[in-house]
Amino acid sequence: MEMKTNLKKLPNIKSGGKGSLIKDIIRNPMSYLLILPAVLYTIIFGYLTLPYMVIAFQKFNFRTGIFNSAWVGFKNFEFFFKSASAATVTWNTIRLNCLFIFFVTVFSITLSILLNEIRNKWFVKITQSTFLFPHFISWVIVSYIIYTLFSYNYGIVNRILGVFSIEPVSWYMTPKPWTSILVGMRVWQATGMSVVIYLAAITGIDGSLYEAAEIDGANRWLQIKFITLPLVMPTVAILTLLSIGKIMYGDFGMFWAIIGDNGILYPTADVIDTYVFRALRLSGDPSQAMAVGLFQAAVGFVLVYTTNRIVKKSFSEGALF
Amino acid sequence: MKKTSVFNTINYTMITLFSLFCALPLVLLLMVSVTDEKSIIKNGYQFLPEKFSLEAYKMIFTGGHDIFNSYLITIFVTVVGTLAAVMITSMAAYTLANKNVKHRDTLSLFFFFTMVFNGGIVPWYIICVKLGLRNNILALIIPSLIFNPFNLFLVRNYMKGIPDSLRESALIDGAGDIRIAFQIYLPLSTPVLAAISLFYGLAYWNNWWNAIMLVEKSNLYPLQYYLLKLKSELTMLTDLQGSSAVLSTITMPTESLKMATALITIGPIILLYPYLQRYFVKGLMIGSVKG
Repeated sequence: MEMKTNLKKLPNIKSGGKGSLIKDIIRNPMSYLLILPAVLYTIIFGYLTLPYMVIAFQKFNFRTGIFNSAWVGFKNFEFFFKSASAATVTWNTIRLNCLFIFFVTVFSITLSILLNEIRNKWFVKITQSTFLFPHFISWVIVSYIIYTLFSYNYGIVNRILGVFSIEPVSWYMTPKPWTSILVGMRVWQATGMSVVIYLAAITGIDGSLYEAAEIDGANRWLQIKFITLPLVMPTVAILTLLSIGKIMYGDFGMFWAIIGDNGILYPTADVIDTYVFRALRLSGDPSQAMAVGLFQAAVGFVLVYTTNRIVKKSFSEGALF
Repeated sequence: MKKTSVFNTINYTMITLFSLFCALPLVLLLMVSVTDEKSIIKNGYQFLPEKFSLEAYKMIFTGGHDIFNSYLITIFVTVVGTLAAVMITSMAAYTLANKNVKHRDTLSLFFFFTMVFNGGIVPWYIICVKLGLRNNILALIIPSLIFNPFNLFLVRNYMKGIPDSLRESALIDGAGDIRIAFQIYLPLSTPVLAAISLFYGLAYWNNWWNAIMLVEKSNLYPLQYYLLKLKSELTMLTDLQGSSAVLSTITMPTESLKMATALITIGPIILLYPYLQRYFVKGLMIGSVKG
């Protein structure tokens, strides 16, 4: 009996077109049962979030829900844009993300080109493992590391300053240096991962190109400049484009773990995501938080679209869509 | 000849320097955790402790600390969450790789869409609250973590490489899709399942987002969130208010205990690192072959 029903599934070619979804479900009930949990999860935590975006234009009340909350037009946006924080958090998010992208890319390309030139296999293996390790460390631990470096009383940096008889700095009360500290920790955490990707792209380059260049008398530097660099550029472009898409999104985990609610550092280190978090969890107004989130998503979308067009025009292999 | 050796020297030096940059902060953390309390107060944090002491670790492992409870919470959440996540993901991947399912590409798109377009944290939070995912252990397991489309595509791409003839002959032998998935496809996909188990496991282990958003009871704090709370209390007291004299009256964990606590949360990661790295790199490669 069962064999008969199963045999019906076999002739793929005969059935031709796709047919309706319901027919497909009837033909493969068990397959659809297997995918059901993932589908349910995606509907609940993915698709159902979309209608809630309208609360940006409401004064949302948990009890009455989206259908019975009062509409307030652009009032929530006004609140954000009129506040002094709007410019600060937006600028900080974009500025820090640009610095992150720039420094991580420069470091990882340089390191992967250098690693590729090394013939000693175990040296490559050990150093690459060391580069990648910070990727698996949570930002909370990173914040402990920063604390061991910059704590006022016991921190290494203040001790070193002491050796040169420079007055200790209370780092947690001085906003300015935090741009460099954050960029440094980002490079520390993210470079290893990009090195893995770039190194894969570089080892994929056809070896005969280098042989030909050597015969023509090109030294290593010229080979890097005219073969390696141009050929990894598409990979660089794709990765950069992906990060530019997220340029309006501050890494909440990073900023909240390192900066947290230390208001003194906000001028250089507060980003949109930490702002939204505070609006939602501390002042408890989901509508205002949503308005900021919507602004973030809209600008983010425009940025991806434009950069993709620019990349497509200048060299098409790097474009996403 | 000479030119290459100069190049090599510079090359090796630069790579070694960056390796040190990556490793030293963690070495410092380790060193502080085994430094005697008095020498920290006298000399600050140091790479080479004046006096060595394992007191901090003794204090942690003799128990009685909140951290013990947080450790248990994190282990439970990681084990249960990872198992569930791998099940959900691999079952769905089988369907997406099953050529009899005509709408499999539409389904893939259905999952991909939410990776790009979603309402962000505010709607997510409202939905979690409405589902009652607050202040309970499920709030640490289900939202954000239990299913990730990226991992789904990873497994699907791998399963696409399994020859169709296997499924077809099993069908002829009378096996159903569930049996084929569990007895043929999952065992054949062990490498990629190992990779995603590590991804999910790591995500659970390092997660504190769910805790900060959805949990207020301190007996439900996972490790990372516990550490975060601990640190913010300490920086508040010592660095923001200047004087550390007030500290002596409050029962605060000592400096080395703090670092030891941070360090033992990375312990499992260090132990698993060789596997972690291998599968991580493999996973990235499978993922980048077919995006």
